[in-house]
Amino acid sequence: MTPSTEQIVSKDIEDQAVQATGFEDHHGPAKGFSRWLYTTNHKDIGSMYLWFSLAMFMTGGCMALLVRLELFQPGLQFLEPEFFNQMTTMHGLIMVFGAVMPAFVGLANWMIPMMIGAPDMALPRLNNWSFWILPFAFSMMLMTLFMDGGGPNFGWTFYAPLSTTFAPPSVTFFIFAVHMMGISSIMGAINVIVTILNMRAPDMKMMKLPLFVWTWLITAFLLILVMPVLAGVVTMMLMDIHFGTSFFSAAGGGDPVLFQHIFWFFGHPEVYIMILPAFGIISEIIPTFSRKKLFGYSSMVYATSSIAFLSFIVWAHHMFTVGMPLAGELFFMFATMLIAVPTGVKVFNWVATMFRGSMTFETPMLFAIAFVVLFSIGGFSGLMLAIAPADYQYHDTYFVVAHFHYVLVPGSIFSIMAGVYYWLPKWTGNYYDEQMGKLHFWLSFIGINITFFPMHFVGLAGMPRRIPDYALQFADFNAISSVGAFIFGFSQLLFIYNVVCCIRKRNQASKQVWEGANGLEWTLPSPAPYHTFTTPPKVD
Amino acid sequence: MIKPVDNHKLAAKLLLGVTLMFGFGFALVPLYDVFCRVTGINGKVDLTPGAYLAGAISSRSIKIQFIAVNNQTMPWKFKPKEPSMNVKLGQTYQTAYLAANMTENDMVAQAVPSVSPSAAAAYLQKVDCFCFNRQPLAAGEQKEMGLAFNILPGMPEYIKTITLSYTLFDITAADGKELASAQQ
Amino acid sequence: MNLNFSAIKIISSIISKLIVIVFFAAPAAHADWQLNMREGVTEISRAVYGLHMIIFWVCVVIAIIVFGVMFWSVVYHRKSRGAKAQNFHESIYVEIAWTVIPIFILVGMAIPATTTLKKMYDSTESDIDIQVTGYQWKWRYQYLNEGIDFFSSLATPKEQIYNQAEKTSNYLLEVDNPLVIPLGKKIRFLITANDVIHSWWVPDFAVKKDAIPGFINESWAIAEVPGIYRGQCAELCGKDHGFMPIVVEVKSQVDYDAWVIEQQQAQIAKAKSAEKRWTLDDLMHSGKQIYAKNCAACHQSSGEGIAGAFPALKGSPIVQGDPNEHINIVLNGKPGTAMQAFAEQLSAAELAAVITYERNAWGDSVGDIISPRQIVKFQQ
Repeated sequence: MTPSTEQIVSKDIEDQAVQATGFEDHHGPAKGFSRWLYTTNHKDIGSMYLWFSLAMFMTGGCMALLVRLELFQPGLQFLEPEFFNQMTTMHGLIMVFGAVMPAFVGLANWMIPMMIGAPDMALPRLNNWSFWILPFAFSMMLMTLFMDGGGPNFGWTFYAPLSTTFAPPSVTFFIFAVHMMGISSIMGAINVIVTILNMRAPDMKMMKLPLFVWTWLITAFLLILVMPVLAGVVTMMLMDIHFGTSFFSAAGGGDPVLFQHIFWFFGHPEVYIMILPAFGIISEIIPTFSRKKLFGYSSMVYATSSIAFLSFIVWAHHMFTVGMPLAGELFFMFATMLIAVPTGVKVFNWVATMFRGSMTFETPMLFAIAFVVLFSIGGFSGLMLAIAPADYQYHDTYFVVAHFHYVLVPGSIFSIMAGVYYWLPKWTGNYYDEQMGKLHFWLSFIGINITFFPMHFVGLAGMPRRIPDYALQFADFNAISSVGAFIFGFSQLLFIYNVVCCIRKRNQASKQVWEGANGLEWTLPSPAPYHTFTTPPKVD
Repeated sequence: MIKPVDNHKLAAKLLLGVTLMFGFGFALVPLYDVFCRVTGINGKVDLTPGAYLAGAISSRSIKIQFIAVNNQTMPWKFKPKEPSMNVKLGQTYQTAYLAANMTENDMVAQAVPSVSPSAAAAYLQKVDCFCFNRQPLAAGEQKEMGLAFNILPGMPEYIKTITLSYTLFDITAADGKELASAQQ
Repeated sequence: MNLNFSAIKIISSIISKLIVIVFFAAPAAHADWQLNMREGVTEISRAVYGLHMIIFWVCVVIAIIVFGVMFWSVVYHRKSRGAKAQNFHESIYVEIAWTVIPIFILVGMAIPATTTLKKMYDSTESDIDIQVTGYQWKWRYQYLNEGIDFFSSLATPKEQIYNQAEKTSNYLLEVDNPLVIPLGKKIRFLITANDVIHSWWVPDFAVKKDAIPGFINESWAIAEVPGIYRGQCAELCGKDHGFMPIVVEVKSQVDYDAWVIEQQQAQIAKAKSAEKRWTLDDLMHSGKQIYAKNCAACHQSSGEGIAGAFPALKGSPIVQGDPNEHINIVLNGKPGTAMQAFAEQLSAAELAAVITYERNAWGDSVGDIISPRQIVKFQQ
């Protein structure tokens, strides 16, 4: 078969286009798969991050549904305990490293250059690389499920010696996967910092930066400070497993508790890495739909910085039962309680922004309001967990599960969804279906509350976390939680459908998109052209 | 306008920060040991001999309990010679643990000490201890493993009983590897 | 590659089981809808409960105020009601106020919390010292002065867990040998572990302490009400983490003393049982029970193990070969694996029974009897 002349001609034009983009900035994207493989465009990379994150969110979500299915009734019905442990572990790892973090990086890629008036990210090739590491890292991690002895089954916190001496052989692949994710996050963070510090439009002073950019700048510094520590701790594990060192084995003079200290030195800032950008998104959305400037801009910046600083000195509150001396216990208790102050300031500021505004309740605003309420509930249970003597009763129970799901699901995940609905018209040039968006919101809102609120009760009543089967007194609340989980899980299909329709159907969005929106991104046409701000905009 | 060179400079500085933090992760290991010694986290105690304490014997006495724990696959019989002693602060005492290797193989063990309450760890000084060395026992061999210790008089008033535990780990495999590599 | 968990198998089993549950299962009517923390039976647990309630109500009050203002705005300051946005976006006084007031509330919370924590740490002058050791997946209790030493493992039968039998009221919270302590005495728990990290938790005493291999932790309780108190392991410790409950029986001093004597006599009787003459049937009968309790978690009741994690006993060369090899691995464990040393955990008679059972169950039928005397001889 000979290709028609037409095809050959169009192929030539494509080639020229690919070559041209290397030198000239005024052409559109290349066609086909190579566009995505070789792209250095922040919008393309942002989209890839977001699609990847969505895929991981659905994967991790399916694992959560398997877990909830097993916990629907007492007794073992569907999963054997060792597979159950793999599911809880993988669910945690995938949601933290595969869903939430890449989603925020995706939003950063799309929005930061457009918000600060930069033509692209500062280090575009590094940007391409940091994305393309991720699919390999997660393929490797998911592959462990099919290996002899199964995948990681030691919880996403992988405490030694369960994750070293007692781990399945696949742990080595898990360690390499964590290394790859770590490298990807670190490169992403470097890129964000360089972009924000070096690439701002000439009049864009630091204290004029949109809050999403500010929170991401602080998050990126946290990433740079703690991801290498995570890399260090898994390297030590690797050495303990394969090279005969004993960092975490008491027999050779090591200490399993040391693992927990190093892990949580990474782990506590990590949880703020997953919430600070969310604060940023919410601080963009609430003023827009209240048609009023954000209350207390500078105090928001200072509060975010203090939270970031405090996150480095509270790690051992995850370890109150490990047997620390009294003085240590008291120090970590007080420091942890202190975090409530800047966090409170943020919530008060959001409420004060809404107060005496002129509010409308489009989907992003609904998610943002739900964020404020439900994240605060997670904050309150966090305050309760900070009280060390009470923590002896809460620690490692479903109360903790309820707590961190309240800050991560209606916290981080809701903020990501709010952000997607908010900026989707700018990305695609089309409005999404508002009715469907609202339906998605209400189903998600009802679903997650049915899922996670009863977990407070079973936790207080004494149900430990990470168990595949439970005593009969916990049965009813667990059945309710499982029903809620399925409502929440399946309502996400609406979200995907809505996003896909929004990309395909024409429902032309204006430049401004939202009546009350402010900021450089809204001065660009919708959809935002492939290359934006090739000449820096004027900032007033 | 920002030149790419500036971006690369900043990126290099940040990369340096990343490298330093990777090193810091490892530096936490010795830092933690120092921290433990000062605060007595975990009841972790020094694995180096303490000095004999001359004079300054206090009239205050406390009870010290001895506990023996076998880790995972350690099949030896292992127990303290005496379950507890009443000791005067500042005075050095001798006692022992009894170990018997009932298996058909020669084995090597490492004992790991731990003190509770952890606040007492800093005041318990081991003059001589079988935990300072690896303990080989031939198949069927029995041994009395000696321990000499004293408790510093500075011990907080509220502590009336302290517990010293030894966990016995089987390190035959690790020890064998090391021997083999040393011989090469 | 191990395809035991292949997606198709899981999905098909899920669908078939779902059908069963939806159409045939009776609703679980056992739950007691407990919403709150237990007050417990010690001074400390009541103090903890008090703290929990104070901080809870503080949170409720703050939530009502903050969300009240927010929802008031949501209702009254909406565009559809003609609300016009105001211009203010800063107020240094308001911001100082809502920074300083929370600090005072927190200090108010920190004071009682510190007092309680200090009490929890004061474990001196105990009446009874008990060493608690976590094993995969059972607990061992050693009374340091009374010379009592026993293991405590899950008593709920497998049939209940796998839904082949009606679940009884203390499902998963029942053990064979509970920890027994006297009323009103200060009990000090010295907590450690044999393999991985566990966590010993009795909610009614507000005692939760991690059991860490190589290190010792302590905690204490004075129980004020006789009764049976149940808890569970609280730190993920591998496959059967959910199946190692803790049961503590608080008895009056008289009953406790009687129990101590009974235990001490039982230990003497156990040592004597090695001298008794055992038949194959006797050994197989008790061997089956001991196997179910101590071995089946890993090697499975079918003896087939779990591929890639725990080896099969059925058809294993050790089980079919030299009895001494077999005795050696059961008594002394296998270094570097999850195979524990059972020499201390089981009596000579129990060891003989379980080894005999392993050698004759599952159609392997080597046909030999391992007598308790052989075990005793092996141990000398």
